[in-house]
This record gives sequence, structure tokens and C-alpha cells, in this order.
Amino acid sequence: MKRASSLAFGLACLASAVHAQDTESKLVINDDIDITTVAEAPAHAENLSEIYSGWAFRSPETMALQMDDFDNPGMIFVDQALDAYNTVEGSAGKSCQSCHGDDAEGLVGARAVYPKWNANAGEVWTMEMAINGCRTERMGAEPWGYTSGNMVNMTALISSVSRGMPVNVSFEGPEHDTWLQGKELYYTRTGQLELSCANCHEDNYDMMIRADHLSQGQINGFPTYRLKNAKLNAVHSRFKGCIRDTRAETYSPGSPEFVALELYVASRGNGLSVEGPSVRN
Amino acid sequence: MASGVKPRVKVPKSASAGDVITIKTLISHKMESGQRKDDDGNVIPRSIINRFTVDFNGQNVIDVTLEPAISTNPYFEFDSQVPEAGEFTFTWYDDDGDVYTETKAIAIG
Amino acid sequence: MQLTRRQTLLMGAAAGFLATLPLKARATAEDLIADFAGGADIGEGGIDLTAPEIAENGNTVPISVDAPGATAIMVLAMGNPTPAVCTFKFGPLAGSQSASTRIRLAGTQDVIALAKMGDGSVVQTSATVKVTIGGCGG
Repeated sequence: MKRASSLAFGLACLASAVHAQDTESKLVINDDIDITTVAEAPAHAENLSEIYSGWAFRSPETMALQMDDFDNPGMIFVDQALDAYNTVEGSAGKSCQSCHGDDAEGLVGARAVYPKWNANAGEVWTMEMAINGCRTERMGAEPWGYTSGNMVNMTALISSVSRGMPVNVSFEGPEHDTWLQGKELYYTRTGQLELSCANCHEDNYDMMIRADHLSQGQINGFPTYRLKNAKLNAVHSRFKGCIRDTRAETYSPGSPEFVALELYVASRGNGLSVEGPSVRN
Repeated sequence: MASGVKPRVKVPKSASAGDVITIKTLISHKMESGQRKDDDGNVIPRSIINRFTVDFNGQNVIDVTLEPAISTNPYFEFDSQVPEAGEFTFTWYDDDGDVYTETKAIAIG
Repeated sequence: MQLTRRQTLLMGAAAGFLATLPLKARATAEDLIADFAGGADIGEGGIDLTAPEIAENGNTVPISVDAPGATAIMVLAMGNPTPAVCTFKFGPLAGSQSASTRIRLAGTQDVIALAKMGDGSVVQTSATVKVTIGGCGG
């Protein structure tokens, strides 16, 4: 019975592959930053041969929005983050700029290697956890909500200065157990629809799910400005949305489960470029 | 909406006298349409930018009337003549009476 | 008023087009068009409207209009709860009578653009945009 119902669901949702992912178009931002949107799959993504940025699955109009920072609405929020970056807050009398330099220059490359093992904390930290670490430990300021506007804007700023650099997340060191936990979550079916991440984004990417072109679920473009809600979306918000859509109770943004899942999913994109803030539908 | 409104404007830094240049503008604004309802079923009142104007040295380039069908974070792209060196003034008019302005100078060279 | 065969055909086509619109939108769209045209007959040609054939999300649909010699261009979305979208008035320093923006479309529908030319004539064009429904969450 389980098998029959999931087959029926599959037929309903994945009726036809209308168009292949676009592997021909090249993404160059501002005529300056070359973005790798197609790459050979890393060995640890053992069920994929090539990896594709979500950009390659979008319509030509949506793809074009990311080619110029003045067309990319996500860049408004990078500007807002830069104001926050330069603002002194907290008991230590510091701003982000005090340590990391003008225009986040000291943070170039950071996005490419997060989530990352934090030896002091003895756990894997996402970019959001690192930002709040700075705020509470170094600035003496209040932490930001995990998916709050301030937080997602700041992650967009930090990502923007690493655009074009290859994602290169470590997973074989002290973070390996967390990575394995993330991998298990990726392949675990959840919800009334009994779908895992892999059912859509590994087994059926490039198929249509209703009128939407299913991507590989790569997260190199996060945070992403969605045309749907016209704001920047954090990767844990996307995870939550996906799991909710399987009709499951979801984990919370910032939870250890989502941190582990982010590490694993990020590692599947090793070799694609940091792209955020990207534009998606 | 007065808080958090952030204009972005792209104007070349210089041009030759008589050139036609392309200008892009983007401003953060939720553009509440007046068509949506809140969780209690009450209509959320309309709150949009209803007009956007661009002038160069006091002469008009474009004057746009915006309706609720303009997307969140309104974007415009258009062309302007540049007869001389001077300054562009960009003005967005909010339903709530707020006016946001941005200026950009352009040199001839 | 004497009508040429071409004008009569155009008016018939326009009337047929308007007759297919939902009642609620029709009155307002008619009013907006009449106000904009100011009594001029509505012709064709000389105006381009660029819109995607299929929009990935109706919340943000990129469009461009271009009508060389126009003083103003009005854009209407005929299937929206209120059809008005925007009106561009071109000033003396406009570098072209063209502009791009991003609009909201409540569903698959016709977008129309009307241009008022320097001589007072008015031309119209339209484009059908299919608005798709997204994946799981819509």
C-alpha cells in the first residue's frame, strides 16, 4: 500500500520532464564575477554525476535577474546589512567593521567553508551561529533571531563578498559525525507524504513538480531572494518549508538537526560557486 | 514605512555631452496592495509608493504613476539624455506622505 | 465621423477582446482606457510590450514597454482585481520612450500597453502571460 500510494504521488507530481536544466548559459555577475553553475559531482555525493546550481533550473527571465547587482533585489538587503555592519552595538563598543574591515573584506572566503567545525564550542557552526557568536562574545550585543531580517541580511552581505569562490566545506575532520547525521536526515522520509530530500532533489531533479522545475536542492545560492515572497530567505527556512510540505512536523531553524543537514547539503555542492544572494522563483 | 526604505540607483559616473544613458533604480518597499487580508480576515490597508520622478538639473526625465500591481521593492529601468554635467534627482512618493530622495551627479568627460 | 474599413475592423476586434474580460475588471479597464485615450481612436503599431510567455511567479513579472515618439505609456493587467499597473510619462530629457519594471499578475491573463503619441494619437498592444503555480507550496 505504501508503495502504491507513493507511486501514484510520483506520477501525479512528476508527469513529465519539460525542459532540461540549462547547462549552456553562463552566469557572470556584473560582467565580472564568473559563477560555476555546473560541476562534476564530488565523490561523496555518490548518487550524482554532475551538480547544478538552482540557477540553471529557472526561467530565462529569473536567471537574468542575477546577472547584475542592480537587477538583483537581494542586493537592497546587502546594502541594509552594510549599515548594520558599520554600526557600533553592545557593551564592547564595537561594530562588525572594527574587526573585519571595510565592506566585509576580512570575511572574504568565509561563506565558502561554512558550516564549519568550531573547536572552542566543540560543535559545527553555521554562518548564523558565527554571527551571533561575534555579537554576544565580542561585541557584548544581543543575539539576532536565527532567521530574522537582520540575520538573513548579514548572511547575504557575507556571502556577497565570496561570490565566485568554490564552495569547499570540510566533512572528514571533527565535523564528520555531524555530517553523517545530516546525511541520514537527507535520506529519511518524513511526513504523511513520506518524502525524503533525496526523493525530490536526487531521484527526480529536472522533472516538473506541478509547474515548477525541480532543482537538485543545492544551497550555494543562499540566502536567496524569492520572487514568491519578495524577500531574502535563509536556508533553514527553506528546509522548514520543504519538510512542512511533506506534511511533517518540522525541526526549527537553528536546531542541531538543521545544522547537520545544512553541513551535509552544503558539502554536496562542493565545487559550485558561492552565489548568494541569488534570485529564485 | 518610513523605516528601512533604501533606494539604490545606478547612473554612470560620466558621459559625453548629448549621450543617452541607461538608469536603473530599486527601492525597498513592501508595496502593500490593499487586496490582502490578515489572519483575522481584515483587509490590510493599501500602503504603496504611488509616484516616482526623475529630474536632471530641474528638467523632467520620467514621471511614473505606480499602482498596487507594481511588485514589492519597485524596480525601474529607463533612458535619459545628458545634455551637460549636472545632477539627477530621484524622488519616490509614499502613500503615507513620506518622500524619499536620492541624488547622483554625472560628469562630462 | 467616417470610419475606414481598417478602423471598423479594429474597433470590432477591440470590442471582442473587451467582451471576454470579467465584468468587474471591464468597467474600470474601459474607464482607464477612455481616460487615457481622451477620445482618440485606438490604433496599432509603434508600441512594443515585452513580457515573458510564462512567468515563474506572478508576484514579480518583468515587463518592458517601448513606443518611440510617445509622451506617455499606460500598462494594464486585465485579469487583476484592479487593472491599473502604472503609467510612464516621458519628460523633455527622456533618452527614449521606453521603460522596464516588475509587476504583479493575479493569474494567467492579458497585459495591455497603450501609448499616447506626440500628435495625440493612441496605439495599443497586448501580450498574454501564463502564470504558473509553483511546486509544493505554490
